[in-house]
Amino acid sequence: MSSIEAACEALDAHVREIVQWHMSPETGTPVWLDWASERGGDAAGSIGGFADLVECFGNFDGERLRTESHEYWRPRAFADRPFNIFETGGTTGMPKQRIGWDDYKEDYEAFSATLSDASFPPGGYWLMIGPTGPRRLRLAIEHLANFRGSSCYFVDLDPRWVKKLLRAGQGDQAKAYMEHVIDQALSIIKHRDVDVLFTTPRLLEKLGEHISIPDAGIKGVFCGGTEMSPQTVRFLIEEVLEEEVAFHPTYGNTLMGLAASRPLSKEDGYAITYYAPQPRAVLRVTNPKRPDELVNHGEWGRVELTTLTREFFMPRFLERDEARRCEPTADHPWDGVGEVRPFGASEHKIIEGVY
Amino acid sequence: MAEVPHIPVLRGGREYVSLDTIELFSHRESGGTPVATVSQANAGIIRRDMKKAARRASLLRERPVAELVEACQRAASIFMEEELPLGAAETGGGSQGPADYVESLSATSGLPHTLCRANMLKVASVMENMPRILKGLMRGMELDVLDGGTGKHGDVPVWYTPNADALGAVLPSNSPGVHSLWVPAIALKTPVVLKPGREEPWTALRIARALMAAGIPEEAFSLYPTDHEGGATVLESCGRSLLFGDARTTAPYVNNAAIEVHGPGRSKVIFGADEIANWEEYLEVLVTSVAGNSGRSCINASTILVPSHADEIAAALAERLVEIEPAQHTGDDARLAAFANPALAEMMDAGITAGLEQAGAVDLTAGLRGGGRLRQFEGASYLLPTVIRCESLDHALARTEYMFPFTSVVEVPIDGMLEALGESLVVSAITRDPELVSQLGRSSQIHRLNIGPIPTTQVEWDQPHEGNLFEFLYTRRALQRASSWN
Repeated sequence: MSSIEAACEALDAHVREIVQWHMSPETGTPVWLDWASERGGDAAGSIGGFADLVECFGNFDGERLRTESHEYWRPRAFADRPFNIFETGGTTGMPKQRIGWDDYKEDYEAFSATLSDASFPPGGYWLMIGPTGPRRLRLAIEHLANFRGSSCYFVDLDPRWVKKLLRAGQGDQAKAYMEHVIDQALSIIKHRDVDVLFTTPRLLEKLGEHISIPDAGIKGVFCGGTEMSPQTVRFLIEEVLEEEVAFHPTYGNTLMGLAASRPLSKEDGYAITYYAPQPRAVLRVTNPKRPDELVNHGEWGRVELTTLTREFFMPRFLERDEARRCEPTADHPWDGVGEVRPFGASEHKIIEGVY
Repeated sequence: MAEVPHIPVLRGGREYVSLDTIELFSHRESGGTPVATVSQANAGIIRRDMKKAARRASLLRERPVAELVEACQRAASIFMEEELPLGAAETGGGSQGPADYVESLSATSGLPHTLCRANMLKVASVMENMPRILKGLMRGMELDVLDGGTGKHGDVPVWYTPNADALGAVLPSNSPGVHSLWVPAIALKTPVVLKPGREEPWTALRIARALMAAGIPEEAFSLYPTDHEGGATVLESCGRSLLFGDARTTAPYVNNAAIEVHGPGRSKVIFGADEIANWEEYLEVLVTSVAGNSGRSCINASTILVPSHADEIAAALAERLVEIEPAQHTGDDARLAAFANPALAEMMDAGITAGLEQAGAVDLTAGLRGGGRLRQFEGASYLLPTVIRCESLDHALARTEYMFPFTSVVEVPIDGMLEALGESLVVSAITRDPELVSQLGRSSQIHRLNIGPIPTTQVEWDQPHEGNLFEFLYTRRALQRASSWN
């Protein structure tokens, strides 16, 4: 059996386990118990793998996460444990909310295995510059630092405010706010021994306009939040990080967790390809006009996320991103998503913010 | 020339091949092979490079001005005649001679070869005549004031200091002649940071290569083909910048003293009551003012104001302008430029058609040309010359400017002429009336005033009409030295 076939089998087994968990009377989640009841018969049993999941579920309506009660999404297995409430990133208005317990710890502990001790040294200090507030990311980064024996400083950036400023045409205010954020980060870096950064590409670039990041003692950076073109990645690696600091792009959000990037190289043209933490989450690149179909490898399509954990089951949510469908690799024997960018970016300019 | 040259970013003269690229195609061949791949600079690169601006400026400032002026003069013939590097060395290099330059420029800008060569001559003329141009910009002051900052202007002591370590220029794609405006910055010891128009990287690169070949340090030239954000970064990060664009593009910067805005010109020809009866003698001035350089310049007349005879003038002008038709782009008789972006031509045509639906305006060229204003020729889109007779300046088409030969003719009472002008880059006033000439001479809304039958497009470069580059780049300050310290 090839590694790709093995990964498919493992995914199918995981799908069966998670669907059973969310639809069983003992452990199940009200929203999915209702779904099973409406479907009738042995609804959970009819889902034997990921292909059945695609067959049985349409695209998930994300609006439900804005309007439905948290209790409706709380698995009975966690009835006696209070939950965290996490919100999605940079939207305005009522945010999507996801409840959770330990998922973020599991996701980031798995991610930790991809980081080297040389670039992300245990026992040091980290600095996160970016959206904290109600986001899962804030706790996740702190947990990741702690898991690696480190502690983390935080400088917040509120992306919702930045988006409001940009939409109101107040670009100067947005820039002033970003300078305010950078000033705070510079203070921490100046007065404390920070060796790891988590931030966004824009903030990293801005930081690099004020200081030499390697000279400041930073050894490793991981970066996410907005799209990164190959040219942006090259610029960050070659010039901002002066080819001396390890650079790990990440793709993630409150609903999925964290997807790691294939190792970057000049020979690959610095193109980023992300691989979901399968089987806990599955990323597919779908035909924008016929979302049940995948595009061919190498073609562009809309990113679809399925989250499959005991805390949260969300089938086939269409992200607001598009990507190129990439081939499996030896380390990740399932499809990757490459050159992720906002959905429709090729046709019109998307406000991604100054952050 | 390489088959498909890859035009690099120049970072202080150093070639940089970006992973972000665009392809340029000939406007005459839909779906054809690209004529160039152009590296695109991300804004971060520009911000990072600008940290080196002071050091790069010092390399120019340490050269005597006389040496820089001579290099500019040498560059004129190099620009006109020599084979110069085009493609990035790491992508196979390639070079471009003057004929290739004209062909490439024509392919992506829509200009016929005649107008490419005319613009080329304009640029070379500025290089060649640099001493006279600097004399005009510096009001006759000795040029060596630039070497030490101090000297005398006549018998008046002066001290000038630079305002910026670089001159930024966000340039258009429509007419390469505008590059003439930034070239003197090099002789004024100021490096340039150029953001070329998307479709026209050719001219900025060729001028830079010619000046480098003539001995100007390569560090004085940064060329950033880039997006909107990159353009804004050029404007923000250079101490002084020139911005070319339409009213929407330039509006956010009109009150920024560090940015000299070159927007719509709204140039005009006006007649005094004393000469209006002789209008037929001046028809050629009108034709050249409207249609010179295919109407692409901000110094082309877009409105003609007359105290009487508007109907006859508009009709006669229309008869002359309809003679200008699309011609083979390589031909010596080609006077009309194609639109590199056909959608833009369609949009302008639709805008004029919509304007004509409002009462008070008639297209006098429509009946003469036979067929619509929008014409396909050699696979390209053209807008044919258009003369609109407007009953009032309040009509939407009376003050509209387009990048093809387009003008309105409006009758205005002579005592309301000055008020009717509004902001005008160039006014050619065909009058000997001393009172009107005096009034025009006091106007703060006219940037270049031609008295007599001078086309609006005729420019004497030693008299700048849209800002004085020397005064933009340098500030006079006061310096006193105790006599006992000499």
